[in-house]
Amino acid sequence: MSMVEVQPGIPNAPGGGAMTMPAPAQRRTLPAWAWFMIGVVAVVGVLSMTSYLTDQPALTSSSTMQNTVTLGLPILLCGLGGIWSERSGMINIGLEGMMILGTWGAAFGGLHGGPWMSVLVGALMGALGGLLHAVATVTFGVNHIVSGVAINLLGAGITKYLSTLIFEPLSSNPRDSPPVEQFDTYSVPGLSDWLGDLEAQQRVVISDVAGLLRGLVTKVSPVLVLSILLVVLTYVVLWRTRFGLRLRSCGENPVASESLGVNVYLYKYLAVVASGALAGIGGAALVLGSSPSIYSEGQTANRGFIGLAAMIFGNWRPVGTLAGSTLFGYSDGLRLSSGPETVHALLYSAVIVAGLIVVWQLFRRRWTGAGLAAAGAIVVYVLYFFTDELPTEFLPYTPHIITLVVLALAAQRLRPPAADGMPYRRGEGD
Amino acid sequence: MIAKLRSSLLAPVLAIVVSALLCALILLLSGANPIDALSVMISQVGEGQVAVDIVNSTAIYMIASIAAAIGFQMNLLNIGIEGQYRIGALVAAIVGSSIVLPAPLHWIVILIVAMVAGALWALLPAILKVTRGVHEVLSTIMMNAIAFGLAAYLIRRDQFGILIGNNVSTEPIPDSGLVPGISLGDRGTVFGLVFLAVLAAALYGMTMNRTRFGFELRASGLSPTAASAGGVNAKRMIVIALLSSGAIAGLIGMPEILGRDHAYTLNFTAGYGFAALGIALLGRNHPVGIAFGSLLWAFLEKSKSALDNVGVPREIATIMEGLIVLSVVISYEVVKRFDQAAEQRRVGRALGTVDPAVLPEAAK
Repeated sequence: MSMVEVQPGIPNAPGGGAMTMPAPAQRRTLPAWAWFMIGVVAVVGVLSMTSYLTDQPALTSSSTMQNTVTLGLPILLCGLGGIWSERSGMINIGLEGMMILGTWGAAFGGLHGGPWMSVLVGALMGALGGLLHAVATVTFGVNHIVSGVAINLLGAGITKYLSTLIFEPLSSNPRDSPPVEQFDTYSVPGLSDWLGDLEAQQRVVISDVAGLLRGLVTKVSPVLVLSILLVVLTYVVLWRTRFGLRLRSCGENPVASESLGVNVYLYKYLAVVASGALAGIGGAALVLGSSPSIYSEGQTANRGFIGLAAMIFGNWRPVGTLAGSTLFGYSDGLRLSSGPETVHALLYSAVIVAGLIVVWQLFRRRWTGAGLAAAGAIVVYVLYFFTDELPTEFLPYTPHIITLVVLALAAQRLRPPAADGMPYRRGEGD
Repeated sequence: MIAKLRSSLLAPVLAIVVSALLCALILLLSGANPIDALSVMISQVGEGQVAVDIVNSTAIYMIASIAAAIGFQMNLLNIGIEGQYRIGALVAAIVGSSIVLPAPLHWIVILIVAMVAGALWALLPAILKVTRGVHEVLSTIMMNAIAFGLAAYLIRRDQFGILIGNNVSTEPIPDSGLVPGISLGDRGTVFGLVFLAVLAAALYGMTMNRTRFGFELRASGLSPTAASAGGVNAKRMIVIALLSSGAIAGLIGMPEILGRDHAYTLNFTAGYGFAALGIALLGRNHPVGIAFGSLLWAFLEKSKSALDNVGVPREIATIMEGLIVLSVVISYEVVKRFDQAAEQRRVGRALGTVDPAVLPEAAK
């Protein structure tokens, strides 16, 4: 029961849970980072074009990019947490609950120390949630999703209780903590101002790129640096070390790993606890990134689940997850830095993307795909043409709608770990 | 029979005891007296309208957890109940207020509209699951969020909302659309739709255990490969199960709307959908188990305000709910393993293939 069920008949489908089928040779001509760069260029191109054609400079402004970073980081960290856990074969729906624990921990740590203490206590609280999930699923063999749902309930309950008990006397509000100290932010000297000048000139493409880049190098928080390091660390540890190979083998075929002497339980425990810690840091990033920087009830707003969606979007890989969380952070950040008209302009981007898909499908001689994409493009364009802005009630849910669309379009090309979500008992393999 | 009863009762009782003990520990650690808290929780039942409120909430929880159980029977986790019942209630309230029909017919139409709207909100996740392989947990969570947005939009005053006092709501449903309750004077009024919950539970039990459809549903849940070898169309079953779950979910808001609020208001109760998942797990998808689980849940929810009055944070009840769910699933696993080991021992003894001396080893 993995998050994306691979349909039978697709070459990579796991044969009944065990990896009995050899993976077909991948005809990948370019390395992953090259695809990533192509994707970045394509996205920037589409956004510049939309911004030019619809006259919405906010689409590529530096403040939009800053919001993207602030709102994308919690999602990214949750997504990384998802990678750790699911690569070891453990589905972690409880990320949301662990993130909630993390937000509380961050506020509590922040009150008793600096921002680094926030991150540390947030990670610890998240890791505790992960440990609980590991005890239930690894030791007792409870269904992963059921345990995750219970942890989400429990995480929300415990934080509400603790916040009433500890934060209410300080902030006289059971739902909020007092503000905690934020990180000092740094701007890259020279570069930031130069890009600011370029952005202000409002030239096609150049100003757009400058705006987006400026958002990345201005008021950089250590959380951003930490998160990028964690992306690299996740990749290196999971894909370039012996430890990572063993951990991933538990997610592909735990019985085979067991026969090679790997302590599957231990690896699963480590992976799920690490996953919780990452989700907890995600919670801390949320607290430190909000203004004022406080814990507040309901703050996570399903970001844990969106993190999982980012992980699925990224095909259970760190760089792809980074791309996914940028997408979700962007759609969330755009709403904050600009009005409903700008989010409305995203419909125009969707039309351009659909147009590109039509061209690609025609090139591959897939007539039905091209027809469907063309029909979609027309529908969205009509919607764009006859409305001026999206109803404000829907704006907070832009990331959710985009998640659905992305999952619907992406799901079949993905390959989850073969034993993701499968029950495993030591010594009971066949 | 006795053994069967014992093994099905042991786990939930164990779970409730364990979580009660853990909650007592939490209360002690935070400086409150668990005995006081418990006595307040129990004594509140006799006060005012609490007992009737508990009965009413039990009925709502029952409907909700039957919706969840239909999904669980097929290994589908319909987290989208929350959104489905919101949309069901809202659409039913809008349609119900805009038509006039004779009394029983009017509310039957409203109930059917609610079911259809709930099922339609589950349609997209069902389609995405069978055609694109998107897991229902993710898609229904997103649908929940979108349902909140859609509901907020539709209740806007330039859409279907009107201002009554300080509260925005839909047009009130005319009297012919309201289901009369059973008035107990000062004790409150039992919703007429309490009987709908009983009916739903009975129908659910009958369908699952006495019909071919129920058999196919449970078979697909227990072993998809065996079921499809037996000629069950798995994709069709997924769509039917999710849609029926959504249809029942659409009814969740009905007892409150047709029995008390008479319209969909901004204060529409949220959270039944998430509680439903816990209750269905607690009751092991069995109608009787669900009824008792709902009663326990309603009791815990109602005790929150009583706990507040004696200075214990009300969230202890939420923690207790979470702990019950977690410990109930753990204890089911433990009891299952224990039973399996006992069964293996019994078979081993009967066949004489296992030397009694090595049994503890084999039972591991």
